[in-house]
Amino acid sequence: MSVERLTIAVPRGALFGETLDLLQRIGIDTAELRANDRKLLFADVGLITMRPSDVPTYVEAGAADVGITGKDVLMERSERAVYELLDLGYGRCTMVVATVAGPDPMAEALRRLGTVRIATKYPKIATTHFERTGRQAEIVEVKGSVELAPLTGLVEGIVDLTATGTTLAENGLVVREEVSVSTARLIANPVAHKLKAAAIDALIRNLRAG
Amino acid sequence: MTHPIPSGTRDVLPAEMAELRAITDALREVFEWADFGEVATPTLEYAEVLERGGAGAAAPAYRLFDQQGHVLALRSDMTLPIARVVATRYADAPTPLRFWYLAAAYRDVRPRRGQRRELLQAGIELIGAPAPEGTAETLTVLCTALEKVGLERFRIGLGDAALYPALLAAHGVPEDAHGPLLHELVTRDFVGLEREIGKLGLPEPEAHLLLTVPQLRGGAELLEVAGEALEGALEGLRAVHALLPSAVAGRIIFDLGLVRELGYYTGAIFDVYDPALGTPLGGGGRYDELIGRFGRSLPAVGFALTVEQLHIALTGEERLK
Repeated sequence: MSVERLTIAVPRGALFGETLDLLQRIGIDTAELRANDRKLLFADVGLITMRPSDVPTYVEAGAADVGITGKDVLMERSERAVYELLDLGYGRCTMVVATVAGPDPMAEALRRLGTVRIATKYPKIATTHFERTGRQAEIVEVKGSVELAPLTGLVEGIVDLTATGTTLAENGLVVREEVSVSTARLIANPVAHKLKAAAIDALIRNLRAG
Repeated sequence: MTHPIPSGTRDVLPAEMAELRAITDALREVFEWADFGEVATPTLEYAEVLERGGAGAAAPAYRLFDQQGHVLALRSDMTLPIARVVATRYADAPTPLRFWYLAAAYRDVRPRRGQRRELLQAGIELIGAPAPEGTAETLTVLCTALEKVGLERFRIGLGDAALYPALLAAHGVPEDAHGPLLHELVTRDFVGLEREIGKLGLPEPEAHLLLTVPQLRGGAELLEVAGEALEGALEGLRAVHALLPSAVAGRIIFDLGLVRELGYYTGAIFDVYDPALGTPLGGGGRYDELIGRFGRSLPAVGFALTVEQLHIALTGEERLK
């Protein structure tokens, strides 16, 4: 039986290197992706590259059959209808609540003002975390460096992803709580999962072995 | 000057309308040929009547009050109104009853391609026809209708809503642990399913079975997979398969992981897939207990297709040629 070729959405950014290594190990030629960081579509090898947060969008719409992205992205975009097939294990990082060092400014804000202000690129994860822990929070969505927000008095705390904690420490921030641990995941379009079952199952087997 | 319309709704202009009309004409022709009669019901119903369908995605999303303070709801599908019609207007009528409809339904979805808060659905309900004959008849009408519309590459995923719960029960998974496992399956999260199965502390072969069976999808050879626990559901699927004309059987993908958010499905369930669209075009299944909730106990089966999605798939198939 011939196995249909899959289009795979590959995340640029922190997961890019290890994703290419993994794809190379299972026999997909990634040389052109490594050589050319402007090109986005590599039709010869069935790969397309994009920001990690765009991967669920392309996969849900079927513009890519499968994709690789972080669990943090999937949690933030949990309304996307995609299959989550495999925990790939790499790209491990932690979603944390952090504040400036010293006395916890969140405790003071909650005690006296009843609400804590939180800056984040992950408003859904932050909202859920503070709701689940029974605290009123005002979520401030920022697009750029979140570490700036508590240093300037915009907020008391941040919810952000950290791998080593270096950036937090360099900005005088300390981790107060762990929200969740994130790793890279293989996701699939719901229709491709049925119509290209053999190809997707073969990819899963290869990735598990690779 | 421009004036907005609510998110998730849309206007249709003549060029598009002509194409949509060609699709609905093709569907009507097949439904009438198969001896189904067209019905219409009010867009607004009493909320308490529709709520007999149970919780889940079938629950109405939009409610309003009338001048007397009654709570009205916009129907979320046509299956519940037709169940009401059968119990009310056909209380003693001989069965089977065959109805088709072309009607708008209203859902609280995140608007995206082919997914609207107001959606035009075309479908059939076959009432008083038990499995497997009723299921096979419905699948045959479904295939004929999709072919008449002009789709060439569609496939139908066929599973059984009772399969996974039966598998869990057979391996001694307590009833109160079913919810989290089914939730992972409904949300299509096999990593989460593996985590939840791990919490059960089952021996390795059983844990492996609970994780791999819902990932099985393919041809009729799947129905031969071993395991007494699955025998009931697989026997039902085999019986349906045996009754299907070969043109229909060739379109079927058996899917042992197919589950539903709608709360009223009891047996066979199916989804329509087309390579030109990333979401199912429609689906259906058996709801043998639903009409009983309205007061006349009858086995039933049906499907609904979203007309706009058929249209997107049709134009997409032209592009793939």
